[in-house]
Amino acid sequence: MSKIDLDNLNDTQFDVLKEIGNIGAGNAMTALSTMLNIKVDMSVPKVALVPFNEIASLVGIEDQTVVGILLGIEGEIDGMMMFLFDMRSAHHLVNSLMMRDLETNVGKGAESFADIEMSALNEIGNIVSGSYLSALAALTGMKMISTVPSLTVDMVGALLSVPAAEFGKYGDKLLLIQSQFGETDFVTGLFLLIPELDSYDKILSALGM
Amino acid sequence: MGNMIKVGMADLKVCKSPDALTTLGLGSCVGVALYDPVTKVSGLLHCMLPDSTQIRNNSNPAKFADTGIDELIRQMVALGANRNRLVAKIAGGAQMFAMSSGNESLRVGERNALAARNKLKLYNIRLLAEDCGLNYGRTVEFYSETGDYLIKAVGKPPHKI
Repeated sequence: MSKIDLDNLNDTQFDVLKEIGNIGAGNAMTALSTMLNIKVDMSVPKVALVPFNEIASLVGIEDQTVVGILLGIEGEIDGMMMFLFDMRSAHHLVNSLMMRDLETNVGKGAESFADIEMSALNEIGNIVSGSYLSALAALTGMKMISTVPSLTVDMVGALLSVPAAEFGKYGDKLLLIQSQFGETDFVTGLFLLIPELDSYDKILSALGM
Repeated sequence: MGNMIKVGMADLKVCKSPDALTTLGLGSCVGVALYDPVTKVSGLLHCMLPDSTQIRNNSNPAKFADTGIDELIRQMVALGANRNRLVAKIAGGAQMFAMSSGNESLRVGERNALAARNKLKLYNIRLLAEDCGLNYGRTVEFYSETGDYLIKAVGKPPHKI
C-alpha cells in the first residue's frame, strides 16, 4: 500500500511536486530554447488533482486537434510523460527548426504535417523530454530511462485518454504536474508528468519527505 | 432535434427521443451506445478500462466496460426501455500511440472493445455495428430519433453506422 494519499496531499507535498515540475520543465525549456535559438518563457507549474471528465479542458475543448508526444518512463520510477502543443505552435517549432519562414503552413494544411516535419517534431520531443528526465534523475538521484517517444496528431481528449486509463486503475482523478510554456503567442504547450502511484512515494522520499 | 447531452470521460447518460447523446475525443476509451428502437430510449457510456474486477478502486461504475454496461441498462430500463429489445453500437478503442515496448497498458483500447463485446453477448444484446481499433480518436453522436451513431475523426469525413 502506498503512503501517499492522493485525495489528501499536504502543502509540502504539493510544493515538492511543483518544484519537480519547475526544475524538469525549466531544463527542458532551456534545451528547446538553445536548440531553436528562441526565447521561451515558462509559467509556475501547477500540481493538480483533476477529475477525468475535466482533464481535456485543461488544454482546450476535447475535440481540438493538438500534437501529443508520449513517452514511457522506466527504471526506478515508472510512469508517463506527455507533451502537448497546439497546431500553430507545432508548425512554428518545426519552421524554426527547419529555418523556414515562421508562418509556413500555419494557415492551410494546419491539421497535417509532412513526414519530415513529423520527424522534426519527434526530435524536438525527444530532446525536450530527455532534458526533463535527466533533470529529474539528477535531482532525485534515481535512475530513469525514457522509451522512444511516440507522436500523434489528434483530438486532445483522445490523447489524454491514454494516461487517464493508466491512472484510472488507482482512482477517479489524475494527479498531474503541469508546466505551461510559451513566448508571447509563439509557442505554447503543456508538459504533463504522470508517475505511477508507487513512484510518487519514491520521488518524495528521495527528496527527504 | 432535441438537446445534445454531453457524456464525459468515465461517464454515462441516458435520454429519450428527440434528445441526442455525444462524447468528445474517444481515444482508447470505448463509447457504447444502447438503444431501444420502440421507446427510443437511448444510452451512451464512455468507459476507459475493461474490467472492474481487476482494479482496487472501482467506485465509479461508468469507468469500466463491464459495470458501465450494467449501470447503463439499469438506467435505461428505469427510463422505460425494455431490456430484451436493446441493440448496441460501439466505437473507439483505438491505440493512440505506437509503442515499441510491450507495455500492456497501451493496448487498453483493444481490451476495452473486447470487454464491451463480451458483456453485450452476456446480456444477449445484438451488436448492430462497430467502428473500433486503428490509431485515431473519435467524436461520436447518438441520435435517439433515428438510432444513428455518427462518428467524426480528424481529417476524415463523418460517417454513420
